[in-house]
Amino acid sequence: MSKGFGSKMKNISDTNLLLAITIVVFFLMYIGAMLFLGEGFLKPQALFNILNANAALIILSCGMSIVMITGGIDISVGGVTALISMCCAVYLDKAGGSVAVSVLIALLIGLGFGLVQGFLVAYLEIQPFIVSLAGMFFARGMTTIVNTEPFNVANEAFVALKNTRIIVPGMGSVNRLGNYVDAYVEIGVIVALLIVVLLFCVLKWTKLGRNLYAVGGNSQSALMLGINVKRTKFIAHLLCGILAGVGGFVYFLHVGSGSPSHASGAEMNAIASSIIGGTMLTGGVGNIIGTFFGVLSLSTIQNIVSSAGLDQAWWTGITVAAMLCLFLVIQSVVMAARKKGNVK
Amino acid sequence: MKKMVVGIGVLLCLLLWFSSCGTRIDDTEQPAGTDLLEEEKELVEEGDNYIVVGISQVGSESDWRIACTESLKSTFTQENGYYLIFEDAQQKQENQLKAMRDFILQEVDYIILDPIVETGWDAVLKEAQDAGIPVILVDRQVEVSDESLYTAWVGSDFHSQGVKAGTWLQNYLEEQGRGSEKINIVTLQGTLNSTAQLGRTDGFASVMKNHDNWNMLERKDGDFTQTKGQEVMEEFLDSYSDIDVVVSENDNMTFGAIEAIEKAGKTCGPEGDIIVLSFDAGRAALEAMAEGKINADFECNPNLGPEVSRIIQKLERGCEVDKFQYIEETYFDPTMDLESLIEERTY
Repeated sequence: MSKGFGSKMKNISDTNLLLAITIVVFFLMYIGAMLFLGEGFLKPQALFNILNANAALIILSCGMSIVMITGGIDISVGGVTALISMCCAVYLDKAGGSVAVSVLIALLIGLGFGLVQGFLVAYLEIQPFIVSLAGMFFARGMTTIVNTEPFNVANEAFVALKNTRIIVPGMGSVNRLGNYVDAYVEIGVIVALLIVVLLFCVLKWTKLGRNLYAVGGNSQSALMLGINVKRTKFIAHLLCGILAGVGGFVYFLHVGSGSPSHASGAEMNAIASSIIGGTMLTGGVGNIIGTFFGVLSLSTIQNIVSSAGLDQAWWTGITVAAMLCLFLVIQSVVMAARKKGNVK
Repeated sequence: MKKMVVGIGVLLCLLLWFSSCGTRIDDTEQPAGTDLLEEEKELVEEGDNYIVVGISQVGSESDWRIACTESLKSTFTQENGYYLIFEDAQQKQENQLKAMRDFILQEVDYIILDPIVETGWDAVLKEAQDAGIPVILVDRQVEVSDESLYTAWVGSDFHSQGVKAGTWLQNYLEEQGRGSEKINIVTLQGTLNSTAQLGRTDGFASVMKNHDNWNMLERKDGDFTQTKGQEVMEEFLDSYSDIDVVVSENDNMTFGAIEAIEKAGKTCGPEGDIIVLSFDAGRAALEAMAEGKINADFECNPNLGPEVSRIIQKLERGCEVDKFQYIEETYFDPTMDLESLIEERTY
């Protein structure tokens, strides 16, 4: 990738350049961890564990990126996730419902939030931050109304689904007892990867995808080009809502419990991942693959911090902050350098 | 763009291949001979034989928990021959599960878990067992289908704390010559159905049933908090004019109760109208005792580290360990040298 990088640089779009930076940094970080920390990181399962724990965050971040590409933001996704977990948990555990219906519940809740927030943002032109702030409070409040106590779901069909493991062939490892342990991913990871690929294609090759970038880049010119700006923004929030629904269920499938404190700060992690992945808060720039690697980078750094034996609670926060700063600085430096180059 | 996608794909494959390489080498070498074992022996001889311990702590929600964390951290130091990986779960089970899986992957020698809730541990404990890593629980217990999934549990005996409180009161009343007098008691209970509440209430009740002259006026939930404790105590004082003893199931509620008693124009402590018994015995409570406001305080010992370390040392030598290990606990009353006790207190 480094070969001929300089000469090609001018031909690469902003989006792809930022994406390249993210990916390179992720691989450097991961290989560094393998070299210096060894042990856990040397097993493929380490990477799969990161995926298992972050499948939901990947999905939420994808939704976040789409909204951010149109220049908006949605900080309600964490609350929606908590609400979905709680509703599904109560439905499965206390009402003895079926798993299929709980998926439907999750999707409907996500869809509902997407519809209302999208309408308010696009057609009533209220600031997306304010709309989703209200959405966040509403979702958190509703979660507590549904049930205040955290509890684990004991529904058999659900627990079976939760414990389903998809074995990744050839990636297992031998533990110290000499037993071969298969490497595995959870169902959520497959869902997340499918969504990443699907959205990547949508953003890259469909009219809708191009509209999203156009609206975020400059909504005035987008309007003049005959793009329905309002509708595009509405769809972005709608998509984000639906993805929050899917992500919420994947999260629920991973943790298997309902709690008002679930997914606290997930929206901020999603924003951070999107930014690390090269999505710009100002809109018009971003890439789903970047977001995917943004999530991986974010949790890899957390794993590195904890395996290095540092007290996790505050070290994690500090390293994530440092990483965000690093990426923002790299982004702005690179963009500034390119602008200079263009002027010449 | 296509090139980029291919590039990412190649990099990902390389990463996975590289990482599986590391394990594949072990794979081929292990059955081949004793090379690896000898290497390990050398490492041991060089002194690089730390016992790696992974701790998944609930969080830092109370002074007690912080003291417990401190105790564990100061026990599992490199000077004592341990290498510690500490994970703060910030009150979330999912974080604890993730931490446990990371520990298993890193092949730590022991996992110490302070479980935030009792359920939902079966799968991950099974994984630890399959990996041959003993799990030692501290403080709280777990509800699992198979008890052999964890090796041992270390924690407080709340029932015996309650019994201690009852016995202390019995002796104290006899000393005062009130052994057969009618004694009116009220209890500020902790959050109902919590382990601490159940144990302390039952323990005290088991002593009380031997004394016909002890009259329990009322038991009420004070939720382990100062404000709720004060509220409930105010209610008690309104409805009963002659309260002799207050049993408060933790220090925070005791502080609230003392405030309520003083507000009502009464006094408490050894010199006062009302006998106050408290549990936990934090530093602040001992200070209140030194001021003469609490009669006795029954310890809930957060100093779990040394006991856990003893268990690990036993396991290292291949000895059997007791499944349930209660931590040694004491009590405090003003006949002791409170000044120096307060200074020694870790929380």
